[in-house]
Amino acid sequence: MKKNPIISFQNVTKTYITGPVKYQALGGIDFEVKKGEFVAIIGASGSGKSTTMNIIGALDVPTTGKYLLNGKSISNYNDDELAEIRNKEIGFVFQSFNLLPRTTVLKNVERPMMYAGISPRERTKRAMQVLKNVGIAGKANNLSNHISGGQIQRVAIARALAMKPSIILADEPTGNIDSKTAHEIMKFLVQLNKENHTIILITHERYIAAYAKRVITLKDGKIISDKKK
Amino acid sequence: MDYKELISLALSNLRGNILRTLLTMLGIIIGIASVIIIMSMGQGATASIVDRISTLGANTINVFPGARRRGPGAMSETVTSLVPKDVEAIAELENVIAASGVVSARTTVSYRGKNMSSSINGVEAAYQQIQSLEVDLGSFFDEFQVKGMARVAVIGIDIVSELFEEGEEPLGKAIRVDGKSFKVIGVLEQSDASGMSNPNEAIYIPLDTMMKTVIGQNYLGSIVILATDSELVDQVVEDVDNLLMDRHEIFDIDLKDFTIMNFQEMISTISNVTGILTTLLSAIAAISLLVGGIGIMNIMLVTVTERTKEIGLLKSIGAKNNQILVQFLLEAVVLTVAGGLIGVIIGTGVSFVIAKAVNIPFIAKPSSVVIAVGVSSLVGVVFGYYPARNAAKLNPIDALRYE
Repeated sequence: MKKNPIISFQNVTKTYITGPVKYQALGGIDFEVKKGEFVAIIGASGSGKSTTMNIIGALDVPTTGKYLLNGKSISNYNDDELAEIRNKEIGFVFQSFNLLPRTTVLKNVERPMMYAGISPRERTKRAMQVLKNVGIAGKANNLSNHISGGQIQRVAIARALAMKPSIILADEPTGNIDSKTAHEIMKFLVQLNKENHTIILITHERYIAAYAKRVITLKDGKIISDKKK
Repeated sequence: MDYKELISLALSNLRGNILRTLLTMLGIIIGIASVIIIMSMGQGATASIVDRISTLGANTINVFPGARRRGPGAMSETVTSLVPKDVEAIAELENVIAASGVVSARTTVSYRGKNMSSSINGVEAAYQQIQSLEVDLGSFFDEFQVKGMARVAVIGIDIVSELFEEGEEPLGKAIRVDGKSFKVIGVLEQSDASGMSNPNEAIYIPLDTMMKTVIGQNYLGSIVILATDSELVDQVVEDVDNLLMDRHEIFDIDLKDFTIMNFQEMISTISNVTGILTTLLSAIAAISLLVGGIGIMNIMLVTVTERTKEIGLLKSIGAKNNQILVQFLLEAVVLTVAGGLIGVIIGTGVSFVIAKAVNIPFIAKPSSVVIAVGVSSLVGVVFGYYPARNAAKLNPIDALRYE
């Protein structure tokens, strides 16, 4: 069974220039992720994992090398084209500040669909469906600051799923919650992966990475190991 | 884009910090309210002045003997050019309801040993209608009493209080005008009119009686004409002009022996002056809108900085630069329009109270609401654009990382 990769990094480098100081965050990395994989990218701070995440998430583009998303290079996309990629192909789950304040859970989940121009009726229908899938439909009309940390992450996952993206990109999704809830969230991601969602997890904690089926370890902007379970 | 959702979002964001929102709106509220108050006062004052002139007669026209005044003393010589036949001819013109000759003089009036100096006006019966004189007691004299040179008088309210004891019935009493006895047949209602001919201090007697019995002259002091409509005053003025030139056999307009005056001209002059004043004052008040706008810009810049992380999140879930721009611009506009509407309400309320207090008509135009909303949205767009553009241009990575 041969699958085309969803993500393909080909000798990707990223160099930040701040005034006279040059800083190479990524020193040429190659890897591929196929549909249905659950990949953890781990590394200490400064290893280049955040930069990798930014490039995967179409928040940033490589300095050199190629990043192919679904076979298309997005290196020379402009702001709006990248925004559309993020909207349609990437479902972000962040460590903190995942939800809009003063806004209900339902409206939070609807928001990416609003940017995609989906009608209000359709938005609400789809948002309620994904909220049901993550088991939090009962909180749909609560304000985002009136639910617990674990629930916030579930809502964020629901929002990530709403646009049926190619990948779910979770950046330290358990960083701000207690370990019991963290395990619940991770089990939930495993469950989603079993339903054939492609998940990329950025973390610095090995026990969190252990939930993934494949672990890529970065150090000083290079891949030092890429192990499948 | 879903504007309904964005507006409700903007409203909930503004509600989130209600004190700041109110303080930010204050400049716009004060600006809009003061413009509305000044405009309302200006229009009210103009209406009040026009109204006063109208009680003197917006559709009345006066014809005076002699050429238009040129310098002091030009009217001092006695001009005998207007005669009763002129009045009859004018009364038959189209668009003229009535016309009356007037002969006035100041003379002594007495009753039971009380003397006073008063304005005596010999007028025709139509004069009552022309000057809208309301009779409180008794009645005005009719055309037969004029032609029959009846010795009757209709007197103003101040004359009554001057000549008669309190509670004394003036009707039927004989007063002496210039030594001749006149029977009082009517007392006029208190009149608001003031100035040139105050009916409260006047005595009206039949024109023919005045001309033949009291002062003995066969020419008129003036003619008053009532046009059917104030819109037609200019037309009537022209017709009267032609008629009198014709009747007096004058072919050169520089040699006219009469002058026609109407209140319409006066009204338009006064309206112009108050209009200019109102505009000037409104412009000054509008400066506070500018100040309010700068306040909006300031707060929106703070808001954008405070919500940097939120903007990062929105961008990461797919908001395009333009969608961020519109969201923040809309927030500024909602802020200013809300301020504008509050300003309209306060301005209208204050105008109402002031109008009642200084006794001028209260004028509130629906158009001013439309203009206020228009102006305040414009202020929102102009001063909200720069902060909104800053928000839109934020780099998503930096914004997400912002603490």
